[in-house]
Amino acid sequence: MAIKRPKGSFLEKNLHIIFPLPAVVFVIVMMLFPVLYTLFLSFTNWNLTSGMPLSIVFLKSYQKVLREPRFIAALGRTFSFTALAVAVETILGMIVALILNREFRGKGFTKLIMLLPLVSTPVAIGIVFNLFYDPTIGLANFVLTRFGLPRQAWTGSAATVIPSLAIVDIWQWTPMIALILLSGLASLSSEPYESARVDGASEWQIFWRITLPMVTPTLLTALILRTIDALKTFDIIYAMTGGGPGYASETLNVMAFKYSFEYFRMGQASVILVFLFMLVLFMSLLIVRMRKSLEL
Amino acid sequence: MAVCLVISLVPCKEAMMKSKLMLVILVVLTVLSVGAQQKEIRVLLANHPYGDLLKAAIPEYEKATGVKVNVESLQESQLTTKLTTEFATRSSTVDVFMTRPLQEAKMFYKNGWYEPLTDYDFSDYPKNALDVATFGNKAYLVPLVTEWEVLYYRVDLFKKAGLSVPTNFTELEMAAKKLNSADIAGFASRGKGAAAVTQLSSYVYNYGGTYLDKGKAVFNSKEALDAIRFYGKMLANYGPAGITNMSWENIMPLFQAGKVAMWTDASVFYGQIVDPTKSQIPAENVGIANFPAGPKGNTPYIVVSWGMAIAKQSKNKALAADFIKWATSKELAKRGMLANITMARNSAWKDSEVRAKIHPGLIATQEYAAKYGIPYDRPYMSAVGEARDLIGEVIIESINTGGASTKLESLARDKVAAVNSLLEDTGEYGVY
Repeated sequence: MAIKRPKGSFLEKNLHIIFPLPAVVFVIVMMLFPVLYTLFLSFTNWNLTSGMPLSIVFLKSYQKVLREPRFIAALGRTFSFTALAVAVETILGMIVALILNREFRGKGFTKLIMLLPLVSTPVAIGIVFNLFYDPTIGLANFVLTRFGLPRQAWTGSAATVIPSLAIVDIWQWTPMIALILLSGLASLSSEPYESARVDGASEWQIFWRITLPMVTPTLLTALILRTIDALKTFDIIYAMTGGGPGYASETLNVMAFKYSFEYFRMGQASVILVFLFMLVLFMSLLIVRMRKSLEL
Repeated sequence: MAVCLVISLVPCKEAMMKSKLMLVILVVLTVLSVGAQQKEIRVLLANHPYGDLLKAAIPEYEKATGVKVNVESLQESQLTTKLTTEFATRSSTVDVFMTRPLQEAKMFYKNGWYEPLTDYDFSDYPKNALDVATFGNKAYLVPLVTEWEVLYYRVDLFKKAGLSVPTNFTELEMAAKKLNSADIAGFASRGKGAAAVTQLSSYVYNYGGTYLDKGKAVFNSKEALDAIRFYGKMLANYGPAGITNMSWENIMPLFQAGKVAMWTDASVFYGQIVDPTKSQIPAENVGIANFPAGPKGNTPYIVVSWGMAIAKQSKNKALAADFIKWATSKELAKRGMLANITMARNSAWKDSEVRAKIHPGLIATQEYAAKYGIPYDRPYMSAVGEARDLIGEVIIESINTGGASTKLESLARDKVAAVNSLLEDTGEYGVY
């Protein structure tokens, strides 16, 4: 049936513009403008501590910031934190999803419990984990000593702070990966499994040869979401360590925050943010491309 | 929203619709104008005991004046962030706000965010408190709260160990050694880089050093480095585990749980330490003593930690001026003192009711610090946030090596150069 193009009023003629207008306005005002403005700021030397008006310096701020050892260290930390957290989350998430994919009593309740970390406020999580990690009065060391294990400094030492923060991220986000994978697993057809069993395949072979290839697209979706999010992690790190001890847990986002709201070097902070934006964009494109090549 | 409404309604051409719309607009405008007739001001407070006290008292002010006070309370660094963002983007509707003189006043003044207070009576304030409130010959903020560094100690543990309260660094170290056990840290003080800078300052002063001298960074002097080494040694040997990530908010729960024997920090925390709902230590077991003397005497910091100011771009300056007079009044200062908040007004300390109630240790240490103390606890400069991080690196290196680091001198030299270049960038190098 052909759609009859309405004649008459302005409203009816322009429905195709008017209906998406609020969404377009929203994207321009709330998303596009901030990104472009940050890009503009990154070409300036805007610095509130000098009390001087901003002037355009083009790539000077880039030259300064991108070469700083502190920036390079923060970049490395952003990657190591993301890699550690996302890798563990994916493996654990897969295991949990496989367990939950079977029928057992209390399955619904277990799924409900698993949602709790996802809906918790990151800052509250940070405060609770800080108490938990406290080397003197925290529960974590109490449990370790009960099992005869040595006490740890957790977030109090440069050597253990990144893994300690990753544990919090893992605690919070493994359920999300598990739930995404679970939906992927539930949608798989049972036929390949039945024929594999008839042919005498082991459970491991079934997982490795059938389940894993079949859920890979779902897995990659979960990976994209988590990687982008983990690269940008700010709240938990800021609430728990503020980037410390020293700069030992300072990721790009935390560094950008410090540059803007503690050092008031707005121009240079924008450089870090533009870089982070490009990085996240690049990583997402990479994963999307990987997913496409796997689907072909 | 309104645009969409207008666009969608224009082509309707129906008189009925139009008159209805006009009616709605009229009603909305009437409501808005009635609302606008009530006088309102917007006040930003810190999550600080005095901020809480004010927040609770504001209904009294509203009742007496009929002015509606819209209050927002924020944690201190978020307060700075919010004020900075609003002022820098010139979009602020803030009229009155709490401000940290040593942390942000220089920058706020430079950017022209403070309204000068020409019509305020400052006669009840100590001179060194007014120093940080004044730029040129005008005052820009009212000092609210002062704090100075003290030694908190556990009376019961000292008695049990047969120790007397340390009066100098040698005795401090001996006491820490004796009180330190597997279960209790003999000594604690902030170890988290930038946060430690303020509490380290009294150590530096008592060793004869300082952070800035005549507008130049000098914290790599032998005196300052001796102090930083001593601080690092004390915390590494007798401090709680994980100290390099601990500020007061991490140490206080340990003290309250009875895990710390001595703690040097700001006087402002006494009220919370002995709060029976938070602390397992009975108040009579918590002692307050003067900060211990060092090789070069005893001049702990005493600073105006909080002040109150009017925003330059405020459109309600008369209302704001009236509010600030009330919020910094003698009466409220007394109320603050009775709630264990150490106020800046001189009269608040002379009040007999206050003196009868407040811990004698607070009165004695305040008197000492007011007489001999130094009114700065950090490098006083616009880029103080960054400078604190840089000094913090030296502190952490010292703690991590128990004060024995062989590269402390070269590290401090690098950081001094970095702080000096910050001073140059902001036009403050050599200016004092």
